[in-house]
Amino acid sequence: MKIINNYITTFTISILFLSSCKQSLDDRSKAYTSLNPTNIDLNAGDWKPVLLTAPNEFPLAAPMPTTNPAYLRELNEIKGYQQNITPAQQAIINYWSAGAVLRWNEIMRELVAKHNLPPYQNDDGTYPIPTAANPFSYPQFPFANPPYAARAYAYVSVAQYDALVAAYFYKRQYSRVAPYKVDAAIKPLVPTSDLAAYPSEDATVYAVTVEMLKLLFPADVAYIQQKADEHKLYRIIAGMNTRSDMDAGESLGRAVATKVIARAANDNMGKAVGTPAQWAALESTTAATGETPWISLENPRRPPMLPFFSRVRPFLFDSLTTIAIRPPAPPSVNSDQFKKELAEVKSFADNCTRDQKAIVAFWADGVGTYTPPGHWNAIAADDFTGLNFSEVRWARNLALLNMSLMDAGITCWDTKYAYFNPRPSQMDPSIKTNTGVPNFPAYISGHSTFSGAAATVLSYINPTKANDYNEMAKQASISRIYGALHYRSDCEVGLTQGKKVGDFAVARGKTDGAN
Amino acid sequence: MLPSSAQTDVDAIMMTKNNFCGGLMYTSSKWDYYWEGTLHRNNQNLGTVSSQMIGIMGNYGLKDNLNILFSLPYITTKASAGTLAGQKGIQDFSLMVKWLPIEKKLWKGTFSLYALGGFSAPASNYVADFLPLSIGLRSTNATGRLMVDYQVKNLFVTASAAYALRSNVTIDRTAYYTTEMHYTNKVWMPNTVNYNIRAGYRSSRLIAEGVADIWQTNGGFDITRNNMPFPSNQMNAKRIGANIKYTVPKIEQLSIIANAMFTVAGRNVGQTTSISAGVFYIIDFNKKKSETTDKK
Repeated sequence: MKIINNYITTFTISILFLSSCKQSLDDRSKAYTSLNPTNIDLNAGDWKPVLLTAPNEFPLAAPMPTTNPAYLRELNEIKGYQQNITPAQQAIINYWSAGAVLRWNEIMRELVAKHNLPPYQNDDGTYPIPTAANPFSYPQFPFANPPYAARAYAYVSVAQYDALVAAYFYKRQYSRVAPYKVDAAIKPLVPTSDLAAYPSEDATVYAVTVEMLKLLFPADVAYIQQKADEHKLYRIIAGMNTRSDMDAGESLGRAVATKVIARAANDNMGKAVGTPAQWAALESTTAATGETPWISLENPRRPPMLPFFSRVRPFLFDSLTTIAIRPPAPPSVNSDQFKKELAEVKSFADNCTRDQKAIVAFWADGVGTYTPPGHWNAIAADDFTGLNFSEVRWARNLALLNMSLMDAGITCWDTKYAYFNPRPSQMDPSIKTNTGVPNFPAYISGHSTFSGAAATVLSYINPTKANDYNEMAKQASISRIYGALHYRSDCEVGLTQGKKVGDFAVARGKTDGAN
Repeated sequence: MLPSSAQTDVDAIMMTKNNFCGGLMYTSSKWDYYWEGTLHRNNQNLGTVSSQMIGIMGNYGLKDNLNILFSLPYITTKASAGTLAGQKGIQDFSLMVKWLPIEKKLWKGTFSLYALGGFSAPASNYVADFLPLSIGLRSTNATGRLMVDYQVKNLFVTASAAYALRSNVTIDRTAYYTTEMHYTNKVWMPNTVNYNIRAGYRSSRLIAEGVADIWQTNGGFDITRNNMPFPSNQMNAKRIGANIKYTVPKIEQLSIIANAMFTVAGRNVGQTTSISAGVFYIIDFNKKKSETTDKK
């Protein structure tokens, strides 16, 4: 009986131990503290917007003075909320106080991950193409693959940045203070600053973002709007903005969005899918050069992913430059160099170590994830939270990063479809991969190009971590050889090409007035 | 990828004191249809997913009514189509105590009650987040099982229910999407329940039984359309099968086991058909002891 008692005791203790293992998951995004900028960037209204011709391209009416009875009546709304803040409201405050740009960037990453799913084939072996005209029926729009995601992140970041430059311009012009400064009965529930409250930078961000996301993720508008409503509530409860501060930010944000959406509607993304005739031409053009054309490794064969994404209008250079900076051709499939590189891939496929598999998985960012551009946004966000940027500087830095990632995607896709070369597993079917094979040509590696660009931009923004960013980019790049997805040339040239794109963003950063 | 169950976890057989029964079990299983959530489908990019398992298993009688059981499987997996690499490695070590507190005559037969409790934990650093080709899910599990058995002459029925607490698992990426984003490399694993019922013929020479088995995950999420599976999916399976254990007449210590199981319904799992064969040998440590310590 003693043995049994001991056994029962041990078992009980073990269950308690296991239960304790199951507690909180230490989610990084839940640990972010309130935004508290070291430099509030009062003069960000002078920074150079990306698309706006001037920060005051869209007018914003002067606010009523804080002595106006209508304004004073607005304060009662805040006081009413502050009488009794519910736990749910407190959770909303804690969440959103980490920063508007940060949280909307996270929401976007989540939407990308949710929608990064290749459509299932039709009965006849063809594939349906998602359409924004009918976002709810299968396949849901969008298929947020890496080019789609890179472009989406870029447009949202650019829209947020331009809208915030405008907002900061009017903040300085009108200098209406925050409600807690007008009425001592209102407590500021998050860190305070001397930044003017009209128009609300938070309202500007969510309004411009909601408009952009309606375009980019039409099936999720209800969810997005719910987040925006919470965001608005947070600013009012926290005593940081009155409803008229919010309304002004919203109208400014929406106005800026119209201009950004007009650009997006005409950037050639609509033609990126191509037609069966165009897909066939890619194959025959490459075959005519004596090279082996790319073939989809999916069953049934899936048309190549967005082959004409190369023609999408970049942010940092023009489309002629896309062609001008295209890297030279990869090693011919008939060359010794190619055979050597294929053999290297084969050796990683057969002998990948556990540590290498971990690196492959860490950087894979494949189906059902926020994609490589999203991964670099997550890396940036984690680091930026420690750097105490203002909202407008957050937006500016993410705009530089995401413009570089979109343009990296464009030059990468241009190169891939100019040479249309095969993946290692196509050339040697015995090569099995440690993550899914992307459905587009190999040269140059998308992961490498994205990572080269991101590391360059982040090193410029946060020079103390430059070495880390470059090491991460190298690791992301080589992970694709470990995974048996790419030849070494794809990765090395991709990384260099990415840096080239990153330099365009850095050049812009040096002259945008933010330094 | 459900836990491989050692036969002795769910049968109403005890080793007598100081007897050790050890052996090897081989299982071959495969599926080409699976449930994506509740949708029954195949996948031309996987073809047939197969796995082979060789397990070392043992059962030692601490007392006539208290046994200790262990198992350690080595598993390889493979997909017949597509490019994804098969995986191989030692999966989870499991240790379980089996206790028979009640065994008494009831009506025309014998009623027995068993309680089992134990652990399993990964015995190698295999990859969990590569489903459906991962060899396991990497959680450390604490399992408790209650089992009743009733035998009249050579006919018996055994029913049991188990609950497994599963620890969080660690994966190689630091962000993942389930039904929302998570920014961590830890994955919360829902607990599981298992019901097992088996009935048939049982003698010292031969056991022949039919088996029905239900695995159920209490929570977790469904694989979305055309997505990859994930360790914390809600993995459910209803399986039926048959099992035979035959003790070789001339060598009473030696027994052979054959088993077949088929998945009839499921959720976020493959529709697996598996066949197993095993060889077990009993070593009696009483003989040597009885010469020196003759208590009876």
